[in-house]
Amino acid sequence: MENPKIKVQNLNLFIGKQQILKNVNVEIPEKKITIIIGPSGCGKTTLLKSLNRLTDIYEDINVQGNIFINNEDILNTKTDITILRKKMGLLSQRPYPLPMNIYDNIAYGLRISGRKQKKYLDKRVEHYLKQANLWDEVKDRLKSPASALSIGQQQRLCLARGLAVDPEIILADEPTSALDPISSQYIEEKFVQLKEHYTIIMVTHILRQARRIADYVVFMYLGEIIEQGTAEEFFNNPQQEKTKAYLKGLFN
Amino acid sequence: MKLRKVEEHVFLFLMRLSALLIGFALLAIIWSIFSKGLGSLNWQMISEVPKGGYYFGKEGGILNAIIGSLYLSLGATVLALVIGLPIALFINIHLSKRRRLVNVVRLILDILWGVPSIVYGAFGFTVMIFFGVKTSLMAGIIVITALILPIMIRSLDEVFKEVPMGLKEASYSLGSTKSETAYKVYVRQCVPGLVTAVLLSLGRGIGDAASVLFTSGYTDNIPTALDQPAATLPLAIFFQLGSPIPEVQNRAYAAAAVLTIIILVISILARIVGNKYQKNKIKA
Repeated sequence: MENPKIKVQNLNLFIGKQQILKNVNVEIPEKKITIIIGPSGCGKTTLLKSLNRLTDIYEDINVQGNIFINNEDILNTKTDITILRKKMGLLSQRPYPLPMNIYDNIAYGLRISGRKQKKYLDKRVEHYLKQANLWDEVKDRLKSPASALSIGQQQRLCLARGLAVDPEIILADEPTSALDPISSQYIEEKFVQLKEHYTIIMVTHILRQARRIADYVVFMYLGEIIEQGTAEEFFNNPQQEKTKAYLKGLFN
Repeated sequence: MKLRKVEEHVFLFLMRLSALLIGFALLAIIWSIFSKGLGSLNWQMISEVPKGGYYFGKEGGILNAIIGSLYLSLGATVLALVIGLPIALFINIHLSKRRRLVNVVRLILDILWGVPSIVYGAFGFTVMIFFGVKTSLMAGIIVITALILPIMIRSLDEVFKEVPMGLKEASYSLGSTKSETAYKVYVRQCVPGLVTAVLLSLGRGIGDAASVLFTSGYTDNIPTALDQPAATLPLAIFFQLGSPIPEVQNRAYAAAAVLTIIILVISILARIVGNKYQKNKIKA
């Protein structure tokens, strides 16, 4: 691959004595949707979380190897971790808005980056809420608590909040698993629009979802990368026996 | 099948019984205080300091003890919150990966929580003698702070423990530092629990007699500076209850009623403030 946005090299990750990721090598293309797929417990989420070093906050995790983002090795860098994380927005399995009102949820990321002028914040909040297709539903109650929104609305709020810190990469960990079909479809469609500007990496265990939106697929099984390639190659011409069996639905 | 139903009924009965017992105990205490004290409770009692002969049943009131208790307990609670909040946040955020150390810290705090207040009082007194400090409001506030600090930290700690991991991840993913996560996310998420922690500490502080006996002393005047001694309601109750004169004994119950009402009013006010922020809380 030419100029991958993210390059993971020989990544090994242990929790205590258990090895979760085994010699993982992955390249992720810029401004495309990369889907990490595989059965439950295969290490997809762990791989995703090591990309913005959320693994740092857990006890007993030991990470070895290299992860290059824009050619900077984020595992062995002196760059402040908060700066690295601002380059990446995260959507988790179920939405976790911040314990504050809708407006402040979006403004939070801007404020901690030192942007505090009210006019500027007003404009940005509106912009990102529109981006996430939430503006019309909440424009009259920006000061009401985010916890009062429905789960689908909360996930869109989290998307808007993530976009507001102006990231280059969007990390999504089964972002539709807690959502109703309409909200799920919306998130999928939004990702397809967003890939024009952002590199998107999404974890899922739903094959159909991967077929719908993937440009590039990484298939994991028991902590190892079994196969990776463009969506076309992966679905139409899989090389590995394991991949073929998985695509046929022989195991989940 | 039948047995399981019987079991269900037995435990339901036991639960109702214990709830009833607790309710009864609370009502009994309140009733005994108010039935004996209300007769002696009047405006003079809560608006005047003791006059000459007050302890023999003559004119005066316990304003000195009411003000003294409020100064001491509020001062100590504010101080304990200012010291305890950063410690509780530090334990849960900065030390979150060092579980063994945290367990040791929690054990020490739990032991300190269990230390009788007279020990804090005696310890404070020893230190005061060493430095040549006299009984004063300041000394009382410091000793009560030490007494309630373990309660404050451990109650806050229990509240912060319940913050969902997903919220922590969300905060860090936005590029928050640990301090921003602590003070902008954790504290907001935990306002109702924070109120509970403050009330627990305040309740212990305002109701304790043993720790202030040697340290803040007792006086018939209202303190106007930190280096003056201060009276407290628990000690006012203690001294008056020890009197052989029935009228003075009844005044002890009136003082107890005043103490109860103060705690009740503060609790209700704090709950109202806490509930205003409850709505922002993200459910786990």
